[in-house]
Amino acid sequence: MAPPLRREDVAHVARLARLTLSEAELDMFTEQLGQVLEHANDMSALALDDVVATAHPFGLTNVVREDVVTASLERARVLEMAPDAQDGRFAVPQIMGDAP
Amino acid sequence: MSLPHGWEMVVGLEVHTELQTATKMFCGCANAFGAVPNTSVCPVCLGLPGALPVLNERAIDLAMAIGMALHSTISPSTFHRKNYFYPDMPKDFQISQYDLPINAGGYLDLPDSTRVTIERAHLEEDTGKSTHLGGSGRIHGADRSLVDYNRSGVPLVEIVSGPDIRSSTQARLYASELRAILVATGASDGRMEEGSMRIDANVSVRHADEPFGTRCEIKNLNSLRSLQRAIDYEALRQVELLEGGGRVRQETRHWDENLGATSTMRTKEEAEDYRYFREPDLVDLAPDIAWQDRVRAGLPPMPAERRATLSARLVGANDAQLDALEVVIDLGLDPFVHHAIDAGVDPGLALARGANELAAGLEDIARLNRDAFSATLLMEQRGELSSTQAKTVLGELLAHGGEPGTVAAAKGFEQLSADTLGTTVAELLAQFPSEWERYRDGDEKLAQFFIGQVMRITNGQANGKAVVAELRARR
Repeated sequence: MAPPLRREDVAHVARLARLTLSEAELDMFTEQLGQVLEHANDMSALALDDVVATAHPFGLTNVVREDVVTASLERARVLEMAPDAQDGRFAVPQIMGDAP
Repeated sequence: MSLPHGWEMVVGLEVHTELQTATKMFCGCANAFGAVPNTSVCPVCLGLPGALPVLNERAIDLAMAIGMALHSTISPSTFHRKNYFYPDMPKDFQISQYDLPINAGGYLDLPDSTRVTIERAHLEEDTGKSTHLGGSGRIHGADRSLVDYNRSGVPLVEIVSGPDIRSSTQARLYASELRAILVATGASDGRMEEGSMRIDANVSVRHADEPFGTRCEIKNLNSLRSLQRAIDYEALRQVELLEGGGRVRQETRHWDENLGATSTMRTKEEAEDYRYFREPDLVDLAPDIAWQDRVRAGLPPMPAERRATLSARLVGANDAQLDALEVVIDLGLDPFVHHAIDAGVDPGLALARGANELAAGLEDIARLNRDAFSATLLMEQRGELSSTQAKTVLGELLAHGGEPGTVAAAKGFEQLSADTLGTTVAELLAQFPSEWERYRDGDEKLAQFFIGQVMRITNGQANGKAVVAELRARR
């Protein structure tokens, strides 16, 4: 059984995703995420030792494509979707700095 | 460099190599180095919502070829998302292999007979390329960054060695042998300066036979020279720290080639929390025996075997020739050398022309066929071309292609006929009677004088040995 989800766990995960959560949101997501994890705990309680782990509902392996070039997108169209661009590249704010 | 007495360094290397595929790992965008920024991108490699990745079959072939060359076990494998927040991956995660890599275990034997274990060689995708503006051009202090996603999603194999390397020289030897293997399998072009092969080094120090010390990971090693210098610097830094009563912090360090020093990038406490989880959009990869056999059948001989084969044809090779042999094997030029030896060229000459002239023209090697190489060397060996002329012909063949005889003729390298040479020599002897007299009296140095005169008159088309033969015949 996984230990219950703590408020600081939610704050940590939010920080990793660069999400700024208010105090009220932290409370709300701690409860909601906690319920999801509790459901996983319910499954852990079942006797499933004989069941092979399933990562995918389809019994497929080796889905591949041939190494053949297909059309890429028009650059103008691509950069049009970006909040900011410069010299044909995506422009992003300072990368290293304080996390929110 | 050696560490202060009693200390030993322990090094493990992580080598990333871009695979020589036509397309990216999970989409059909061209895998194109140096293309105009953001022209080889699509919804998959830009991480647009709803886009789905599909594995590139050729990338899997090449990953298995690397594994086979490293004696790894080809294993059923899965893909994970490595989550991190950084603009070089527009999806905010990198697809990589985590607990189940395609190649598990293995080893690489160095030319000095050291065996370095391979822990794994797994598939993943490369990231985009960032250019930092403002500040020093480095990431720290940059005002903003520009990102080109052409490289985002290019297939990579990461080869992780065990902590078996004990000197910077050995680290270099490992990297260079691995590069030769990657080039031989066709997986990589091995060009470190273009970033298609990149190395991170894990370095720690200890007193011999003690448990491993705390390690630091050095990033940004993009030449064999940097690799060797960075490892030496880092090991010595750790020894000095420990001898001064300090302790090594586990951290990631950046190598600055200009400063010749490593500096802290991030400490273990700040280490990323990647939250790996299974990539739900990809199914398992489990190449069957038939697929593996097909890849194995296509594997060419590896450098170690090629080194042994060529070495066997160079009995009594001197140090310079052994160095030349390494160059030829490293660059994959040995088929030329073998072809020339088979055609009757002296092995030493074939090796020298391979390690010098062919190595210098490696970019254009596709223009030169083996027959033309052998024919040029045979002309040189028969005295029809001087060594300088033979080198010029090879340079010309590499630059423009063609047939050696035609190239030599176009350059005016056709040697004088014996008759013409005889006439020329006879005229010279009449012109310089006192020099001729001294030569006849046994002053061999005068032969050089006459060769020089013949060359001047014939614009270098004569062969020095033939001139001497003419002189001797008349003495």
